[in-house]
Amino acid sequence: MTDVTLAPAAAANSRNWSHFALRWTLFTLLGLFALFYLMPLFVMITTSLKSLEEIRTGSLIAFPREVTFDAWRTAWSEACTGIQCEGLRPYFWNSVVIAVPAVAISTMLGAANGYVIAQWRFRGANLVFSLMLFGCFIPFQVVLLPMARMLGLMGLAGSIPGLIFVHVTYGIGFTTLFFRNFYVTIPQDLVKAAKVDGAGFFRIFWSIFLPLSLPIIVVTVIWQFTQIWNDFLFGVSFSQAGTQPVTVALNNIVNSTTGVKEYNVDMAAAIIAALPTLLVYAVAGKYFIRGLTAGSVKG
Amino acid sequence: MTEWLERHIPKMVLAPSFAAVLVFVYGFIAWTAWVSLTRSRLLPKYEIDGLIQYERLFNAPRWDTAMSNLFVFGTLFILISMVLGLMLAILLDQKIRTEGVLRTIYLYPMALSLIVTGTAWKWIMNPGLGLEAMVRGWGFESFTFDWVINPDKAIYAVVIAGVWQASGFVMALFLAGLRGVDGEIIKAAQVDGIPAWRIYTAIIIPSMAPIFLSAFIVLAHLAIKSFDLVIALTGGGPGYATDLPATYMYTMAFSRGDIGQAASSAMVMMGVVFAIIVPYLYSELRAKHD
Repeated sequence: MTDVTLAPAAAANSRNWSHFALRWTLFTLLGLFALFYLMPLFVMITTSLKSLEEIRTGSLIAFPREVTFDAWRTAWSEACTGIQCEGLRPYFWNSVVIAVPAVAISTMLGAANGYVIAQWRFRGANLVFSLMLFGCFIPFQVVLLPMARMLGLMGLAGSIPGLIFVHVTYGIGFTTLFFRNFYVTIPQDLVKAAKVDGAGFFRIFWSIFLPLSLPIIVVTVIWQFTQIWNDFLFGVSFSQAGTQPVTVALNNIVNSTTGVKEYNVDMAAAIIAALPTLLVYAVAGKYFIRGLTAGSVKG
Repeated sequence: MTEWLERHIPKMVLAPSFAAVLVFVYGFIAWTAWVSLTRSRLLPKYEIDGLIQYERLFNAPRWDTAMSNLFVFGTLFILISMVLGLMLAILLDQKIRTEGVLRTIYLYPMALSLIVTGTAWKWIMNPGLGLEAMVRGWGFESFTFDWVINPDKAIYAVVIAGVWQASGFVMALFLAGLRGVDGEIIKAAQVDGIPAWRIYTAIIIPSMAPIFLSAFIVLAHLAIKSFDLVIALTGGGPGYATDLPATYMYTMAFSRGDIGQAASSAMVMMGVVFAIIVPYLYSELRAKHD
């Protein structure tokens, strides 16, 4: 009798122990990876709070002995991007002025296009959609040269409206895709019933589809904002001295060769440039991820 | 009249966007293709002159470096991101209470601009003051980690930063895939006493084939378009040791004033993207119709 009761207890005991060891390994691994992903952010923040003297004498991952916000002030309003020394501030606002209308316009166009493609099917709609979808995938290098000439012809070379135009043009493929994939899940009977009741194209869109669209609008706006804010290629190709977006200015600050290398200023500038998208990620990470996965699992 | 309008309004709403895509995507590709066949230098010329630009391109040592860098970077970047992403997804799938927090940590780099990522890693890998100096400070005097300034190693520095940025995203894709696997099959396998690792290798991972494909497509696409990261991290240097096709094209277009080379290199990039994307898109679109 005793044997029978003891054996399972011993087995359970050893199972518990191996379970515990396994869990412990699991958490250690997960924790180490978390450190790997967090380390650069940590280093950026601590470096930006140190003086240059402390950076030279101290260790990369040490906490600052004396916290100073000088580097942040310099990065925001004094650092040199080439010959101008006004910090990131004007370029930060350039990015805002570029991103806000570009996101708004491309999202609205995407909603209208997606509505047509998903609910008002006409002959050739599939071909139109395929051609637009394909535009999402081209390497933008292939359009840089003609776009530079086109912007010149339109009188928009090196201007902020020019950059807005470029971002809208190459953003509508994705926004159309997002809305199309969302509207395609809404039964077509809805449109038919509304038509029987005498509602037209725009009426159905305003009263039925738009009120349903909040989640996909959030996903699209976040996706477009992240793309446009983080863009560098269009920014560096189609801007000039006063109209550069923040990513281009950041790169200029970091790679300017004049004077002493101020690593703390570089790091503060990098964080400033990253803050808007990080904030969006922190507030609406769920929608950000949905956009990422929707953008990759297409069709 | 109203009826005609009502019938054609949908097309009229779509028309401006479609026209823009036709001109600014397809028209522009055609323009670039055309110019890549001419002797254009500082200004575009339009007389077709055969494949001279492509000959120049394939004879340029710098383009050679750029293509082999793309191959090295692309292979390592895709492979490591996939392995790491899959591993993290499996680890996170073990009913972890802090999953939400960890997921957020693993994925946040994806919200950053590659310029920010490049700037951060350039500082971390700075030989004089970064990781190298730190480890030496611990007493390992001979420790060297000078990849960003070492022409033979610099491309691997780009891989590190790229993997850091993108692997969390692959994790998110795989995690969604793991959650989508039919729970009944897994339960049945557990009841049969099949060990957990076998359940993963024999049942779960094979059923995620489409996700592997998606992850591959996205990563390959990122690798080919990679431009910002190299510019911020190494500037294409030392010399042109970390040039990629994207940086080569940009240099030719905007600093060398060699439009013919810029156009032909862009067309080769386009060819590489096509070779990967077209079969994928085709199968996706067709699968949706069936």
